Amino acid sequence: MNYVPDFTIVTDNWIVLLRGLWVTIQIWLPSIIMGLCFGFAIAQARLSERKWLSRSTLVYVELFRDTPVLIQLIWFYYAFPILIGMQLSPFAAAMLGLTLNTSAYASEIFRGGIKSIHRGQMEGAKAIGMTHAQAMRRVILPQVIKRMLPALTNRTIEVAKMSSLASVISVHELMYQGRLLSSTYYRPFEILTAVAFIYFILIYPGTFLAGRLEKYLARSN
Amino acid sequence: MNTQPILEVKGLHKSFADHHVLKGIDFSVKPGERVAIIGGSGSGKSTFLRCLNFMETLSEGEIWVDNERIGVEKNGRITYPEKQLCSVRERLGMVFQQFNLFPHMTVLQNVMEGLITVKGYTKQDAHAVAVRELAKVGLSEKHDAWPGRLSGGQQQRVAIARALSMEPEVLLFDEPTSSLDPELVGEVLRVINQLAEEGRTMLLVTHELGFAYHFATKVIFLADGVFHEVGTPDEVLKNPKKPRTQEFLRRFSEFAF
Amino acid sequence: MDYSWDFGPVLSRFDMLALGLLNTVKIAMVSIVLGIIVGLVLVMMRLSPRKWLAWPAAVFIEFYRNTPPIVHFFWFFYALPVLLAISLNPYVAAVLALSTQSGAFYAEVFRGGIVSIERGQWEGGKALGMTHSALMTRVIVPQAISRMVPPFIERSFELLKTTALASTLAYADLLYQAMLVNSETFRPLEVYTTIALMYLVLLVTASQLARMAETRLTAYQ
Ligand SMILES: Nc1ncnc2c1ncn2[C@@H]1O[C@H](COP(=O)(O)OP(=O)(O)OP(=O)(O)O)[C@@H](O)[C@H]1O
Ligand SMILES: [Mg+2]
Repeated sequence: MNYVPDFTIVTDNWIVLLRGLWVTIQIWLPSIIMGLCFGFAIAQARLSERKWLSRSTLVYVELFRDTPVLIQLIWFYYAFPILIGMQLSPFAAAMLGLTLNTSAYASEIFRGGIKSIHRGQMEGAKAIGMTHAQAMRRVILPQVIKRMLPALTNRTIEVAKMSSLASVISVHELMYQGRLLSSTYYRPFEILTAVAFIYFILIYPGTFLAGRLEKYLARSN
Repeated sequence: MNTQPILEVKGLHKSFADHHVLKGIDFSVKPGERVAIIGGSGSGKSTFLRCLNFMETLSEGEIWVDNERIGVEKNGRITYPEKQLCSVRERLGMVFQQFNLFPHMTVLQNVMEGLITVKGYTKQDAHAVAVRELAKVGLSEKHDAWPGRLSGGQQQRVAIARALSMEPEVLLFDEPTSSLDPELVGEVLRVINQLAEEGRTMLLVTHELGFAYHFATKVIFLADGVFHEVGTPDEVLKNPKKPRTQEFLRRFSEFAF
Repeated sequence: MDYSWDFGPVLSRFDMLALGLLNTVKIAMVSIVLGIIVGLVLVMMRLSPRKWLAWPAAVFIEFYRNTPPIVHFFWFFYALPVLLAISLNPYVAAVLALSTQSGAFYAEVFRGGIVSIERGQWEGGKALGMTHSALMTRVIVPQAISRMVPPFIERSFELLKTTALASTLAYADLLYQAMLVNSETFRPLEVYTTIALMYLVLLVTASQLARMAETRLTAYQ
């Protein structure tokens, strides 16, 4: 090994990477937030008594969970516009793909959370005279949200990782800028290593938090 | 009659971090003795029993089995070679409160396991012993059942058969009936009683004072990390001399009828 | 929507897609096997009482779990060869990325299985006089394996989906072959829809097989 790494290439171009990071955050946060909201609605449909509704949402969820995300992004960028007869920007396609993907996974988390509520909890609350709404708000929901927090945090982390795939459909996010820089200057080792570290710094706090939450919840139960 | 102790404890201390649980215990068991150990929750009964077969490492003190000091002295420090500990544990059978059966083995396999891996029996020999021991605890019907499918009382009887199959010189019971439903306690106590009639050497930690009275040849009240009062069942359970023991027994009989 | 679908050009090149599917399965299998080996080495290091073994394993695992897979693919294909002054073909780089990444996840799966075995199981075996190694092989690991099966399957499922990233290094997997077909037919909607369905069939089949294996391996519970 006589290769001499020279990380000045990274420090010289930090503004480019920073710009990429900003785009990463712009895809990541909105798609996780919209995905969660949409996922909550889908969970309701999945739990619906109406067979056609719960069945069709099941198909939706499985479609997204049983195909690679990269295929989904490529499909929304290259195939979907033909179907709707309208061009989509890379950013819009990535956002659409990630949001829908998140909604599918999140709906399963919500569904599991809602189903896990023990009947005794509702009965216990009613036994001390709470109305159904009060019991829901004060007893059930706090427990469900608490129970789902680690899984939701994990999903947030996954979406951050997935957002890097948007580089494949040329969204100018962090990974894209990293690839561009490394081919421009032919310094792939320094730049890709730096990109990996930036992602690590972005993602690790979430993992740490999820682990802590899980431990804390395990103890409090 | 052989009066040499099978098991001897000298100056036993045990601490968990800075929590000093056992504070100097001297004790010996002779063949055929049945010792009941009683005491408050958290007083260190389990810890004492678990020190005997080195489930816990001693902080201080010596354990002798068949007049052999356990542990090897090396540069002024005592070490416990795995081989020696395994041989001690083979000779001192243990039955746990939570049974600790292996859930991925059938009842029969549970009983055969130690015979095969520890004693090096062939499958046929192990099978024959396991069948015999299971018959003794009244579980001949359950050879191929998974432990998870049995009642607590049945599981505990399998655990006893598993311990018995190793032909231990001493049996250690740590609250064998505490996690059982009340109506299942009897079937396990009957098995233990039957072992008593066979003249086996046993140590029993229990909260069943009535059973302890009939079962034991010696009763020990453990408090403050020492053997607070030791004597025959009549001495300790009927006419305790120390106020601590009296107080403990009074709390037990509070709701007696 | 007046687009007229035409699967003809795509289906006439189905042999190209079939080859891609085969390559996808191949790279997944190889990476799962290598990933298991990496995972076993990592978990043994991670559970070792020796700090100098446990620590690097923990760092390796955390780093992999908190960076996006696409970064690993590019790092192995572009950065590692520069560092070592060697050249790697896309297949080797992709296998390296997939197996180290899944190895990190598998290590956590294995560790979770082993530490989840209750203390009573260790004690039950010890009390019979079993040695540490006999206890490990006859009591702990057999039980841990059946608990590892579900998360192991989930991880392998993720790996199967992640293989699509090998296309970004021009490895001829299903997605890459689809891009070739697309450049010949200019039918992105049909091409990408077809391969999405192929992935779906592959993944659903895999999960059915996995579920069968799972019920077998966890029979006693
Ligand atoms: N592994 C351990 N680590 C730290 N402290 C322990 C450990 N095991 C036991 N202790 C402590 O040692 C003390 C004695 O525990 P032990 O289990 O021997 O009590 P016990 O007399 O068997 O009680 P019980 O009747 O509830 O079974 C307790 O205060 C307990 O908290
Ligand atoms: Mg105890």
